[in-house]
Order: sequence, then structure tokens, then C-alpha cells
Amino acid sequence: MTAIVEVDQLVKQYPGAAEPAVDGVSFAILQGEVFSLLGPNGAGKTTTISVLSCLLEPSSGDARLAGHSVRTSPQEVKRAIGVVPQDIALYPTLSARQNLMFWGRMYGMGGGELRKRVEEALETVELRDRAKERIEAYSGGMKRRINIAAGLLHRPQIVFMDEPTVGIDPQSRRNILDMVKALNARGMTVLYTTHYMEEAQELSHRIGIIDHGRLIALGTLAELTHLVGEQDAVELKIAAEHSTPELLASLGRVPGVDQVTADDGTVRLLATDGNAALPELIIAANTLGVRVANVAIQEPNLEAVFLHLTGRALRD
Amino acid sequence: MNKVLHIAWKDLIVTFRDRAALILMLAAPFVLTLGMGFVTGRFSSGSGDISGVRDIPVALVNLDDGELGAALVSVFTSEELTDLLEPSLTDDLVAARRQVEEDQAAAAIVIPAGFSAGIFRPGAAASIEVYTNPARPTTAAVVRSIVEGFLSQVETGRIGGEVTVTQLIASGRLTPQEAPAAGLEIGSRLASDPGATALIDVRNVSGATEEPARFDPLAYLAPGMALLFLMYTVSLGGSGLLAEQREGTLQRMRTTPTSGSQVLGGKLFGVYLTGVAQMVILISASALLFQIDWGRPLDVLLLVLAVVAGATGWGALLAAVSKTPTQASSIGMALMLAFGILGGSFFGGVQLPLPMEILSKITPNAWGQDGFIALALGGALSDILPSIASLLVMGAVLFSIAVVLFRRRGLARG
Repeated sequence: MTAIVEVDQLVKQYPGAAEPAVDGVSFAILQGEVFSLLGPNGAGKTTTISVLSCLLEPSSGDARLAGHSVRTSPQEVKRAIGVVPQDIALYPTLSARQNLMFWGRMYGMGGGELRKRVEEALETVELRDRAKERIEAYSGGMKRRINIAAGLLHRPQIVFMDEPTVGIDPQSRRNILDMVKALNARGMTVLYTTHYMEEAQELSHRIGIIDHGRLIALGTLAELTHLVGEQDAVELKIAAEHSTPELLASLGRVPGVDQVTADDGTVRLLATDGNAALPELIIAANTLGVRVANVAIQEPNLEAVFLHLTGRALRD
Repeated sequence: MNKVLHIAWKDLIVTFRDRAALILMLAAPFVLTLGMGFVTGRFSSGSGDISGVRDIPVALVNLDDGELGAALVSVFTSEELTDLLEPSLTDDLVAARRQVEEDQAAAAIVIPAGFSAGIFRPGAAASIEVYTNPARPTTAAVVRSIVEGFLSQVETGRIGGEVTVTQLIASGRLTPQEAPAAGLEIGSRLASDPGATALIDVRNVSGATEEPARFDPLAYLAPGMALLFLMYTVSLGGSGLLAEQREGTLQRMRTTPTSGSQVLGGKLFGVYLTGVAQMVILISASALLFQIDWGRPLDVLLLVLAVVAGATGWGALLAAVSKTPTQASSIGMALMLAFGILGGSFFGGVQLPLPMEILSKITPNAWGQDGFIALALGGALSDILPSIASLLVMGAVLFSIAVVLFRRRGLARG
């Protein structure tokens, strides 16, 4: 497969900022794949998408989309992409159909072809029967779906989806994830940003993990989890006031345990065998007078990968 | 170009779906015009009395025992002015002034003792005093114009008398000893003929026709209110650009193959379209419901197009210098009120001090008001060309400055 997106040493530094928001990021997205950028809030995901969408000029480096440089051919890049912004970018007093017609026109479409695409898009997001209603009357999930549809009308070669499931109910989230899968099944390339590990795991062919503006890992789910070996992620729930350095040090001395961190009453650690280490972990805690209220053991996942690479939990 | 039109049309629809905006754009100027119409008595006048001004209370104090004092009183109590004036005669000067101060009269006219005799005696001139009520500028101005018309007639009679006596003496038909008595009689007769000239006669400003034009106070008030709230509309448009930036729709537009110039052009053309629609609706509605004669429709439309261009220039500049929609709204509201005061939207017809008069020329309100009044008085296109030209220049200059500022902020790039 050929690369439809090639990002080369991309740097974006905002005026007055001490550190670049995007710092030398390089990756490629192959045609037909779902590529996720996974990272906590403020990691540089949205800035990366903004540069690739030609909304921001890169400070250095370049990116080529469908063969066009964001530096030298922004209009050609814009014709090749569809962008679904993180926030709902629609006109609340216009109906869903009027919004889609407007955004279609902004992509240079018109006439019968635009009307047909709008009806198809409404069908895809299952809102055709409510197309005449104003957006302001929609639920958050319905707005999200129209927000996505507006970026797909012109059938772009690649669509950028910037955290499209933020702030919506589980059912709407499920709908959106299924929609992304369906779009990809029809051959659309997707660049998907999220800070939800589960979404990246479910959707992506490949995942780039980004933190503090740097791409710290890149690969398939299997390749990434291999980075932490076969370690399990273990979570212990304790009273917040008991998460002392003394406790963390004591837990870290348990054989097979690595990278112990604590966050507001939750202790996270990696263990070669979580089930085997659990009794000793509880004894170590009890020895210090700490009662463990709950335990969770997770087999290797992206959370563990992020913890392994940064020493912090993904949600921090 | 298509995208510019699509953006502008979208903005027009969005604005006309905003109930709060509609209240200020259309309902507020309409209601204020209606209210002012009632205040000026415009709606209580009989059919055919387009001036809307009637039953003006006037206090008359005639201290003169000659013919001219009596003639002026007879003018104010004449049959022709029965509907227009409601005169009350008194000998008490203090009481007459009090009537004005207590807003019971639009004006008090004091004809001094010896007024008639003084007119034809060199060095003994006495003048009529007119106390006007500042709370009733329009009706006070009507009273003043009647007095001025009368005095003009007296002056004509005085000169006519002098010329006649001089000619009679030169021809030997009159001795110099008989001249004062004869001159007084001739002059008085000429001056005190109330039918000699029309006293209230506003002439067409272009002078193109000799038809006397009557002036409707609403033709002054309605444009003032429409122009005042036009500034609200362009301020709203300016803040709308910044609101789109805040809501993310502006950024989304810029991820489409739409250039920054097209986005900016569409947004500003949207403001322009909205302003034109607002003015056309207000003018049409007031013409239909209040029977205001705005002038020839084509000339009015041309003036509307120009005045909205000037106002849109201010809206563009406002958006370019503001950082947030709230800031743009606050500055816009202040601009609207300042321009309303300077441009004569609130105090129509009041002569401003010279510096303010000069400053008012930066407002679309002043140029627009001048143009609309000229058209309402029967003026032709040539009479409003200076206003149209000034407004177009104003719009072009402000738009250019705004584009430079937008480019600096990266809003009009590409």
C-alpha cells in the first residue's frame, strides 16, 4: 500500500510558547488504514491535525497529503481531506440539511449532486427523518454525527477526526465508532485522534503515541504492547491519604513488579504476572496499615504501554 | 464568487433567525418611530394633513397699539391657520413666558409697544420677541417661521412705502411735510395684508419645481431611527465574524478549499446584505403603514445601498480591531449611540456646534440623514449624489483598513 500522508520532522511552536506544541513528529499513513494518534490532553494531537489541515503553518518540517505539500499547495491539500473538528462546528439555527448543504458548497459542490450527497450523508448518520430540524434541537450525539457527516460530503481521500467522541453518551459513542469502521470498510483512510485507549485499540490498524509534542511510539497494537513485554497492568484502590512514597517503595520491592505510580487513591503498577504478585502486594500494603479496597488486573494494553514509556497514566 | 454569495446568504438566514437581533434590527426602530410619531402628533392629524403638526399652542402678547401688531395677531388667529395653531391672547408677559416654561405653549410671541410706529421711523426700531420651547423643537420652529414670514412681509412693505413716497415727492404730487403720514399709511397697508405672501411654504430644495413641499416630521424621525439601528446590525455582523472564530465554524471553513479572502468577503457581504434587507424592510413598512413619502424609490434604493456600504465599512473595522465577540458588541453599541447623537438620529434638526458638525461627517448617519431628508422634501438624485459619494468613499476606506488589519491577524490569508 502507498502512503497517502507523509509527515516529516514536523515542528509547530506557537508565538511566546516555551516549548513547541509539536516537536519533530514524523509518520506515514497508508491508504485505506485507520491511523490513531493516542495521547493525553495537551499532547499535540489537535495541533498536528491543524497543521495537516493547513489551518496552521508549520514552524519547520513538512507534510505531504495525497502528494501535496501543506507548505506549498494548501488548496490542493484541502481538496483531498475532510476534517471533523473536535468541537461541534455547525450553525445551530440552521437545520441539519441546511448545514450540510452549506458545507458541501464550501467544498465546491452544488446542484443535484450535492443534494444527493446530503441525502446519503443523512442516511449514513441515520438522521434523515430529522433533517429539517434545527441543529440546536439535537442531542449532543446527534450533533456529533452531523458534525462528522459535514466532513465526508465531498468523499475525501482521507478524513481527519479529532476526538469525535468527547462528551457524548455511550450509545452515540458506539454509533460513531461503528461509523468509522464502516467508512474504513468502504476504503476511506482515517486519521483518528483520541485519548481513549479503548477507541484506539478497537479502530486502528496502527497507532502513534504522542506526548509533549513528540511521537514516542508507533506501530500496530501488537507491536506496541510488545514494548512492555508481557507485563500486566495492576490497579489497587486505597484511601487517598495512604498513597505515600513509603507504600510505593514497598510495593516496588515485590518481585516482578515495575513502575509503581499513585494518583488520588489509585496505585498503578506493571507486573510480570499480576495474579501471582497480587497476594504479596496486599501483604506489603497491610504491613504498612493500608487496606486495599479494590483490585483490577489488565493484560498488556496501550495504557500499560503509555505508562511504560512515560511513567504516567494516559489519563493524567 | 459563488462561495462569497453562499457565505453571505447563510449569514443573512442566520441573522434573520435570531429573534433578539430581529427585535433590535426591525422592531425597535419601528416602535420608536411609531412613538415619536405619536409625540409629534403625526398620527392624530386629519387625513390629508401630511405635516402631522396641528393645534400648536401659542401665547400672544400684543403690547403694540398700531396696525402691524394687530395684523400679526390676525395672522395667528386667521381662518387658514385654525387647524395648525391654537393661539391665546394675553397682556401678561410673565404669564406668557410661564406657559412656555411649563410646556403649555410651543412659543410665546411678544409684540412690543410702539412696534408699528418704530418700523417706519428711523432709529426707533422695535423687534418682536419669540420665546421658544426647547421641548417642542418642531412646533416651535413652525411658529418662528410664521413670525419670520410676517416680518419679511413688513420689511417688503416698509421698503415699498419709502420708494412710493420718494417717487411722489420727486413728481411734486406730495410735499415733504406730508411724506411721513403718507409713507406710514402706504407701508402699513402693504405690510399688514396677510394675503400678500404665503407664511408657511417650504420650497423644494432643488428648486426644480415651484410646487410648495410639505414636510412630514416622520420623514425625519424614521430615517434617524433606521440609521441608528443599522449601526446595530453592522456591529452584530462584525461580532458575528469573531463569534464564528470562537465557535470553530470559521476554522472549519478554512479547512475547506475556500480562501481567506472568500471567507472575509462572504462575511462582510453578509453584513451588507443584512443591512440592505433591514433598511428596505423598515422603509417599505413605514411607507405602507405610516404613509411616509421617502421620495422616488430608485433614488431611495441608491441611497440605501450607499449608506449600508458606509456602515458596513464601520462594521468591518469594528471586527478587525476587536478581539472577542463581546468586545465587538460593547464597542459597537457605544459606536451606535455616538453616531446616533452625532448623526442627528436623536435630535433631528438641531444645529450642532461646528466641531461636532465636522465630526458628524465620519458617520454614515449624518450623510444618510441628509440624503433621506433631501429625498423626502422632493429632492432629485443630483441632490443626494454628494451623500452617496461620501458614503461609498467611507465604506471603501474603512474596508481597506479592515482588510489590512485582518491580514495581520491571519484572518484574510490565502
